[in-house]
Amino acid sequence: MVSLSPKGSRAEVREIWEALSRVPDPEIPVVNVVEMGILREVRIDGDKAILTMTPTFSGCPALHAIRESLETVVRALGFEAQVQIVLSPPWSTDWITAEAREKLLRYGIAPPNPALAEAGLIQLELSPTRCPRCGSFDTSVKNTFGPTLCKSIHVCNNCLEPFESFKAV
Amino acid sequence: MKPEVKKALIAKFTALADDELVLSHRDAEWTGHGPILEEDIALANIAQDELGHATVWLGLRKELDGSDPDQLAFFRDSTKFRNAELLELPRGDWAFTMLRQYLFDVYEAAWLSAAKASSYQPLADAAAKILREERFHLQHTQAWVERLGLGTEESNRRMQAALNMQWGYTQQLFVPLQDEEILVRENIVPDLSAVKTKWLEHTTRHLRDSRLELPLNIGYQPGSRETHTEHLWSLLAEMQSVARWDAEAKVW
Repeated sequence: MVSLSPKGSRAEVREIWEALSRVPDPEIPVVNVVEMGILREVRIDGDKAILTMTPTFSGCPALHAIRESLETVVRALGFEAQVQIVLSPPWSTDWITAEAREKLLRYGIAPPNPALAEAGLIQLELSPTRCPRCGSFDTSVKNTFGPTLCKSIHVCNNCLEPFESFKAV
Repeated sequence: MKPEVKKALIAKFTALADDELVLSHRDAEWTGHGPILEEDIALANIAQDELGHATVWLGLRKELDGSDPDQLAFFRDSTKFRNAELLELPRGDWAFTMLRQYLFDVYEAAWLSAAKASSYQPLADAAAKILREERFHLQHTQAWVERLGLGTEESNRRMQAALNMQWGYTQQLFVPLQDEEILVRENIVPDLSAVKTKWLEHTTRHLRDSRLELPLNIGYQPGSRETHTEHLWSLLAEMQSVARWDAEAKVW
């Protein structure tokens, strides 16, 4: 795929964003890295596309895979790729778009509740998590830690199904 | 940055990273051996988070001296590690592992809360990021201390034994590095005595509420991070074995 817009133009930056919005999150492939808020910035400097991304969790093993996918995509557009990883501002689940939340829900993962302001050394989630299968609020946390760093495990007391939920950070 | 500040900061990042790396490995030793599946998963998550944090600290060191994080983690000898001795002790039983993680989590949360105000922006940013993840750890290990402390006679006995053993070791977390004072003066890192006050406030209350007694005899308190117990050597021998056997990891 070769870019059709003039080099460095705003249209070209938009093309890169569009192309990168087809890069799936390797651990939750129904959503992409743009709507998850992982890709923060795209700039063009001559032949180089400079991308800024931020990890969801600092130990996230998908980080390298995402980085490589981003590089592959911009190279296919004819750019040299430079990916910068930043920690600030720290990624928040509040950045996940409404559309992505809908996709997570359909995939069977309860989308995150709004992240609470930091209070004290620990934070407890106050709002109940809604079952992605039957919609009941009568659910319990089974494990704050799940199959990936960003999720917790719950069970629905109504339909009795276990499910995963995105941790609110 | 003045050379003496830079040197002190490199040493601090190394100590922070080594604490996380060594603790992460001890936690990861439980993978596949946890008391129940949920706990196996939870501790593996915590280990993975701590490993991520070690990567962050070594990344900050790299910005200062260009060192390679993988090289430091997998090819450095035990005499060059600067972790606190508490974290290299063998994993012991579940009570020992949970208590150690709890005592470290409270320290880390208190340190990071203060380090968010660091005058060195990359450190302030990293502290803010890591703190968000640490809160989940503390919530989890705090509950385990309570559960085992107030559980059965057996669980309380095991938790108390772990506390008697670890209390002295934990004090090393609050011993400043040789030139740490320079960093404190520049408001780059928090003063450890203030962090300790906060740590003591939290831990003494929670341990007492969990029917655990602070040991009257504080026991062995390691000082310098330049010496280690005999356990670090064997931990590293295992942790570094694959990388040392095949540094390029091209053979499967």
